[in-house]
Amino acid sequence: MDFHEQHRDVMTNNRPSDATLPHLVVIGNGMAGCRAVEELLARDAARYRITIFGAEPHVNYNRIMLSPVLAGEKCFDEIVINDRSWYADNGIELIVADPIETIDRAAKKVRSRSGRTVRYDRLLIATGSDPFIIPVPGRDLQGVVGFRDMHDVDRMLAAAEQGGDAVVIGGGLLGLEAAHGLTLRGMRVTVLHIMPTLMERQLDEAAGWLLKSALEARGQTILTGADTAEIIGDGKVEGVRLKDGREIPASLVVMATGIRPSVALARDCGLDVGRGIKVDDQMVTSDPAVLGVGECVEHEGQVYGLVAPLWEMCRALADGLIGRPSGYRGSIPSTRLKVAGLDVFSAGDFSGGDGTEDIVLRDASRGIYKRLVLKEDRIVGAVLYGDTADGSWYFDLMRKGEDVAALRDMLIFGHTYASGGGRADPKAAVAALSDDAEICGCNGVSKGEVVAAITNGACGLDAVRATCKASASCGSCTGLVETLLALTLGDEVESGPKTMCKCTSFTHDDVRREIVSQGLHAIPEVMQKLHWSTPDGCAACRPALNYYLLCALPGEYEDDQQSRFVNERLHANIQKDGTYSVVPRMWGGLTNPRELRAIADVVEKYNAPMVKVTGGQRLDIFGIRKEDLPAVWADLNAAGMVSGHAYGKALRTVKTCVGSEWCRFGTQDSTGLGVKLEKMSWGSWMPHKFKIAVSGCPRNCAEATIKDFGVICVESGYELHIGGNGGIKVRVTDLLCKVATEQEALDHCGAFIQLYREEARYLERTAPWVERVGLDYVKRRIVDDEAGREALTLRFLHAQSFSQEDPWAARAAGADRQLHHPMAQLQPMPAVAAE
Amino acid sequence: MTADWIDIGRIDEIPMRGARTVLVTGGDEVAVFRTADGEVFALANRCPHKGGPLSQGIVHGHRVACPLHNWQIALATGEAQGGDKGCTPTIPVRLSGNRVLLCRASALKAAA
Repeated sequence: MDFHEQHRDVMTNNRPSDATLPHLVVIGNGMAGCRAVEELLARDAARYRITIFGAEPHVNYNRIMLSPVLAGEKCFDEIVINDRSWYADNGIELIVADPIETIDRAAKKVRSRSGRTVRYDRLLIATGSDPFIIPVPGRDLQGVVGFRDMHDVDRMLAAAEQGGDAVVIGGGLLGLEAAHGLTLRGMRVTVLHIMPTLMERQLDEAAGWLLKSALEARGQTILTGADTAEIIGDGKVEGVRLKDGREIPASLVVMATGIRPSVALARDCGLDVGRGIKVDDQMVTSDPAVLGVGECVEHEGQVYGLVAPLWEMCRALADGLIGRPSGYRGSIPSTRLKVAGLDVFSAGDFSGGDGTEDIVLRDASRGIYKRLVLKEDRIVGAVLYGDTADGSWYFDLMRKGEDVAALRDMLIFGHTYASGGGRADPKAAVAALSDDAEICGCNGVSKGEVVAAITNGACGLDAVRATCKASASCGSCTGLVETLLALTLGDEVESGPKTMCKCTSFTHDDVRREIVSQGLHAIPEVMQKLHWSTPDGCAACRPALNYYLLCALPGEYEDDQQSRFVNERLHANIQKDGTYSVVPRMWGGLTNPRELRAIADVVEKYNAPMVKVTGGQRLDIFGIRKEDLPAVWADLNAAGMVSGHAYGKALRTVKTCVGSEWCRFGTQDSTGLGVKLEKMSWGSWMPHKFKIAVSGCPRNCAEATIKDFGVICVESGYELHIGGNGGIKVRVTDLLCKVATEQEALDHCGAFIQLYREEARYLERTAPWVERVGLDYVKRRIVDDEAGREALTLRFLHAQSFSQEDPWAARAAGADRQLHHPMAQLQPMPAVAAE
Repeated sequence: MTADWIDIGRIDEIPMRGARTVLVTGGDEVAVFRTADGEVFALANRCPHKGGPLSQGIVHGHRVACPLHNWQIALATGEAQGGDKGCTPTIPVRLSGNRVLLCRASALKAAA
């Protein structure tokens, strides 16, 4: 490609129409900025050209979930909200690690730290907040961190690796989560809180005390009324000194003493700023071209440090941006959270005062405390500790300002009782919620949105998490989502098809259908098109996808070795000590002196400690080292033997009895048919292992009626049996049909295997598969539909034309040598001998 | 004089979403993993559960599934995930260009 062509390519990539659109520049790549863009795109994706500047070097992630990352419950990838493809797919230019430093409102330009200057038509400031660092001596020492972004978490994790003592200054939500995470990471944690009770902004005194006792029982030291005088240390942190003279040793100090709206940029360019950047109901600042959203703004004198108001702001902002203003009316904050597994809920104003009344329920032994604050027969505040199930119901009543006088006697016992009858359905509280009641505070998802996701096919918790994000973050609303599933789906919730794994909301059958109908060719493509929630799947879905693609695209799909279980990657069976067992193929269970000699030689040459005759009429050589496998296979190949696939989701063995050639009862050549069946079907990959047997007469010495496919020879032909299993759950085969000739038996076998390959779910043996789809269905496809059977047999033979190459021979000849050999050898003394 | 970091080979000698082993004379093997996002991790090549060779497991995200009983081990910390409890020693490893460097002292210690 010459230079001119390259140049033209670049030009065509820039969509020419984009330049004509008004330019929306977003300062802040956090939860508020990106949610605002999401809301805008959902309304009108073609209205603005969008550029987002982020100070952090990351894509948009869920800041609330930093706590689980710190606690080791999630990794960073799991808390990403929008990955790079989201920006690319929506034509958004993302500039990370380059914060905006100045706004020139007259010229409508912003300039970044690196000197990048960008002109805007509309500017959205979503700079969030800054941690408040208390101005005590020693705050600059090494080992003093905030708890605001991924960088802070990384620093805490590095400190936790060294173990020792940590002090968390601040007993609010953030501080307690930091303390919880560091405790789980093995540090001895002391929490210093200046107020008399923990989380005093969300909890009243009683609930705060219960929380403190519970956290102390979990090993943390909680000091309330603790006023920090100084952080001590020489260069790096050694401890904290309180104003009362006490000293607490610490190698890590986390400052979680609150946040302040980040307003410096806005103030410097002359916007109206109070505690936050002042915005109107459309989230417009004092400059009509400049908007603000999230924790950095002040609306009607209020600033918010919780996530739920942010979703409401973003909706109002997006409505305004597309010229259909709805208006933000302020939020009643509610907090539902789990600290160290403790359920806490609070909402509204619970400070009491004139004209308010309290209803309180205490159950000390169960650790339950509930308090409702009423004013003029309406709920104005709620604090729940230990049992937060009714939080959503109380919050809904509060938001709507409903008159609760009629419910008052029963109100504190929760919705079940208040709605009449002590034995009322516990699901009723959730059923009674209005559609706009918030279910998931972390992601701003309403009941209506969850129900819509469920009715659109999300039939399980994971599917709901993947489609509408409810319960996908802190998980405290999981019970609510499960109740909604039960209410919406009725009994289907238990019996409905399960999703393939936690990475997807699709079932096995959905995935197979989409692979074929969308013509998908590779695992990453499937994950992309079907919205996988993990970057590269898991140990459950990857082998399944690899099989489905292999089955759908014979001869075309390139097998992904890294998505194979170890046995299928190393073509041998891993044993508990990490060595492998090797089973060479013996067609139909027949062998000869040459093969037996070769096996005996291998056993001696490689010091195999055991040889075992298997149930499938093979010899299993145990205790072979990974490094020796290629040489063992070379020796076995030399005697004419190939892989026995005892390790695979594949045809294992064809077991036979001696049949009419020797046996006085034999009716047909069962060994001969067994060899033919094995030669036809060996090497094919299947949803699970597959065993065949052929018995020469109804005495059934080859135990054909507990195999996946069994043949019982009779005087007049061959009885074909399917769906047997001799494992944990023994199942006797069903009779499929009777045929007259060997060729018909072979054709029916091929058709049955192919139907199983195409339609059973990965890791589903034929026995449960036949029970699931029904014997009648299999008979219709294989016996009644002659043309269909022939097509199935042909598809099987076509696939087999690509799969009957001995994998051992390739390895013995040196393929994939790296799988069998170490990368390097390390010696205590001088140097490394690379391989 | 002994270098702190030992060059054990090129990054592309380790399959992506896979692992290779490093033998330690007189000790246990080290498993060196390469994840889909291009990071490298090193753990003692034995699961905290029953000693399964983690290098042979399926690597997904920053985890590996032990080939013996499907325990999920976090590559960064060596800790068992989900409801399982246990931890495999980690060995510091880093990339320098396309070379994989393993911390000699830790490898010898972890394996001892």
